[in-house]
Amino acid sequence: MSIDMEQFHQVFFEESLEGLDVMESSLMELQEGKADPEVVNSIFRAAHSIKGGSATFGFSAVAEFTHVLETLLDEVREETREITSEMIDLLLQSVDCLRDQMSSLEQGESADSERSHNLKNSFLRILESDDRIESSSASIALHKEAGLTEGWSIFFKPEIEIVQSGNEPLRMFRELSQLGRLKTTAHLDALPTFTALEPENCYLCWEMELYGKDISEAQIKEVFEWVEDESEIRIKPLTPNTDSNLKDNVGSEQLSNSINSELNTIPTEEGVNSPEKNEAKSASFSKRESASIRVGIDKVDELINTVGELVITQSMLSAVGQDFQIGQLARLQEGLNQLAQNTRELQESVMRIRMLPISFSFNRYPRMIRDLSKQLDKKVELIMVGEQTELDKTVLEKIGDPLTHLVRNSMDHGIESPEERLQSGKPETGIITLKASHQGGNIVIEISDDGKGLDREKILEKAVEKGLQEPGDTLTDEQVYQLIFSPGFSTADTVSDVSGRGVGMDVVRRNIQELGGSISIRSIHRTGSTITIRLPLTLAILDGQLAQVGDQIFVFPLVSIIESLEMRGVEVSKAAGGCDLIKLREDYIPVVYLAEVFGISDQPVLLDESLLVVVESNNEKIGVVIDDLLSQQQIVIKSLEENYKKVEGISGATILGDGRVALITDIGELIRLSGAMHINKMEAGNVMFPAGPQAA
Amino acid sequence: MSIVLAVDDSASMRQMVSFTLQTAGFDVIEAVDGVDALEKAKGQEVDVVVSDVNMPNMDGITLIAELRALPQYKFTPMLMLTTESGGEKKSQGKAAGATGWIIKPFNPEQLVKTVKKVLG
Repeated sequence: MSIDMEQFHQVFFEESLEGLDVMESSLMELQEGKADPEVVNSIFRAAHSIKGGSATFGFSAVAEFTHVLETLLDEVREETREITSEMIDLLLQSVDCLRDQMSSLEQGESADSERSHNLKNSFLRILESDDRIESSSASIALHKEAGLTEGWSIFFKPEIEIVQSGNEPLRMFRELSQLGRLKTTAHLDALPTFTALEPENCYLCWEMELYGKDISEAQIKEVFEWVEDESEIRIKPLTPNTDSNLKDNVGSEQLSNSINSELNTIPTEEGVNSPEKNEAKSASFSKRESASIRVGIDKVDELINTVGELVITQSMLSAVGQDFQIGQLARLQEGLNQLAQNTRELQESVMRIRMLPISFSFNRYPRMIRDLSKQLDKKVELIMVGEQTELDKTVLEKIGDPLTHLVRNSMDHGIESPEERLQSGKPETGIITLKASHQGGNIVIEISDDGKGLDREKILEKAVEKGLQEPGDTLTDEQVYQLIFSPGFSTADTVSDVSGRGVGMDVVRRNIQELGGSISIRSIHRTGSTITIRLPLTLAILDGQLAQVGDQIFVFPLVSIIESLEMRGVEVSKAAGGCDLIKLREDYIPVVYLAEVFGISDQPVLLDESLLVVVESNNEKIGVVIDDLLSQQQIVIKSLEENYKKVEGISGATILGDGRVALITDIGELIRLSGAMHINKMEAGNVMFPAGPQAA
Repeated sequence: MSIVLAVDDSASMRQMVSFTLQTAGFDVIEAVDGVDALEKAKGQEVDVVVSDVNMPNMDGITLIAELRALPQYKFTPMLMLTTESGGEKKSQGKAAGATGWIIKPFNPEQLVKTVKKVLG
């Protein structure tokens, strides 16, 4: 029988990585000297499963390593050993090491690493002695070297309820007879009278003679292995010259052959890793991560439900359509409404399949904070809120690095050393909070710390030094904080190991903007900072407001719209620099004429008949002048770059219900573009504004 | 055809056991832990149980004890999948009514041989 064990490898790798995640998060819960049995048990179980699987699938390096882990964990579980912080550290390092080993194996490389050897030795030192790993090979050797005789005399008295454990004496005799020729004599002495006889019990005992060359005692013991503790078993060699003519060694030869073949077929890592398989594996490996997605059954069920309803609506509509009379118009409309609802639900459930809880990203931080606080000698507590908040898988994957950078920054630059904290009257332990929540069509992620906050003066000084800012400019706090997102800006005096490895906040901001999000900072000196990231829930669908400009339709992302108003009677004033402004309550905001920006018509805009849409991006507001507002609807975003080319001020396109293409405005870029346009105009000295109350 | 109930929380082990036994001609019912297995064994009578020991929700030893207490499973062979370090587990398993054990790591041939053996 040949079973290709390789087919189970992928599942094994996946479940092992999951197990390692469990191990890691459980280890984080452990504290020196205090081991919650349930937590230790879950760590043990994970290590145990990895060990069992790796041994079965022939990854001996992993099996040997996890065996040592398991032994230690077993002692902790049995409360014969107290958990120390050294052990927790080593176990956490082992989790990392095993992750590396898994990925090596997955790519067809050997899992044997110096790191695992070192860790294993550290564990062995803790355990002081280890002889268990060798025991399995020793027992195999024992099988081979056991004394060989011409035959055995066996006495077997099973416990009375033997068959009630599923063990059948007859089966054992059958096995023995496969080893050699078996002669059995049953003793009926213990058999009760028929009325007292309990048919489910076994009252017999046997005396047997097993003839055959090369039968080892171990082979016989193996037959009785499962019952030896409860039964009376005596095995003695027969004297070599009794009944030598009865020798029949065919059976025993077969058995020893089969043992040998078993030994040969135990898969080894060398056998598994043939070079051609390696290539195929590593090629598929690189793609795997983003190629598959794990979806909860409930989401799939919901999808199936919705499709079910869609089918019902479809059949209802086709019944109406078959022999349509005008009297059925109401039914047709009802059906169409239902279809619209089904479609919306279907779209929502399909989108939900791509949604994953942000805990997938957050989960790495407890460990990171733990390691960093040791490295930096700071005391930090991490609080996570809203880990179950879901967002699109693509966004989730891309947000990981920026978030890591921000958390590192908080640890390194934000939280002070315990001494500093005590001096400034704060508790010794700093707090970093990661918070995720849904706000409208956005997910908002906040990273707060109660550290020293941003130092306005230091930032300004640095900005001037780097030539990012003219000395003497007056800036609001908000504007000063925005400076840290400038390329090449870093206030840390020395580049530390933790943050400031060349990746600056400008990269963080760029990454977030690429995802259609925004980032902002609030900070109070000596009290702490909060960085807020706003991201769209998904990159594929947008709640949009359609707007008419000339003969074109544009889409504004609904989330960026603050309000819209009629231009009639609104006063437009002209600021220095040629920019139009309107006064909106207490604020003056710049005005952008969409028809002008995109060169839609040469006709001057009639302000009295226009509408103004006030939009916001990155805490900056502008008013956009359009002709008319149309409907609001969910739109599917299509890339303009893929299908045409990048157009400034436009983030993408969509296809409307009537087949027309509508362009989606990129508010951030529009704000930038409008400023740039006015500067260009000034330079050209060509100040030509559309007619309006103040334009003359 | 004999029906095997294969119980393991590890998907790879479960698939390996199940695939191996199916290849050898058995009908296999899979269960992910003791609770799942108990429910399935009550739903359909199985001829042999092959169960992992360390599992969440209900471990293999409790499963065997629970099954053994049911009249239809009084004599059914039940095997534990255990590691050599689990000496104590073996006696606990025996006390709960296990027929025997298969020591991890095992290869497909050993598994089939043992299951065939207990089925006689």
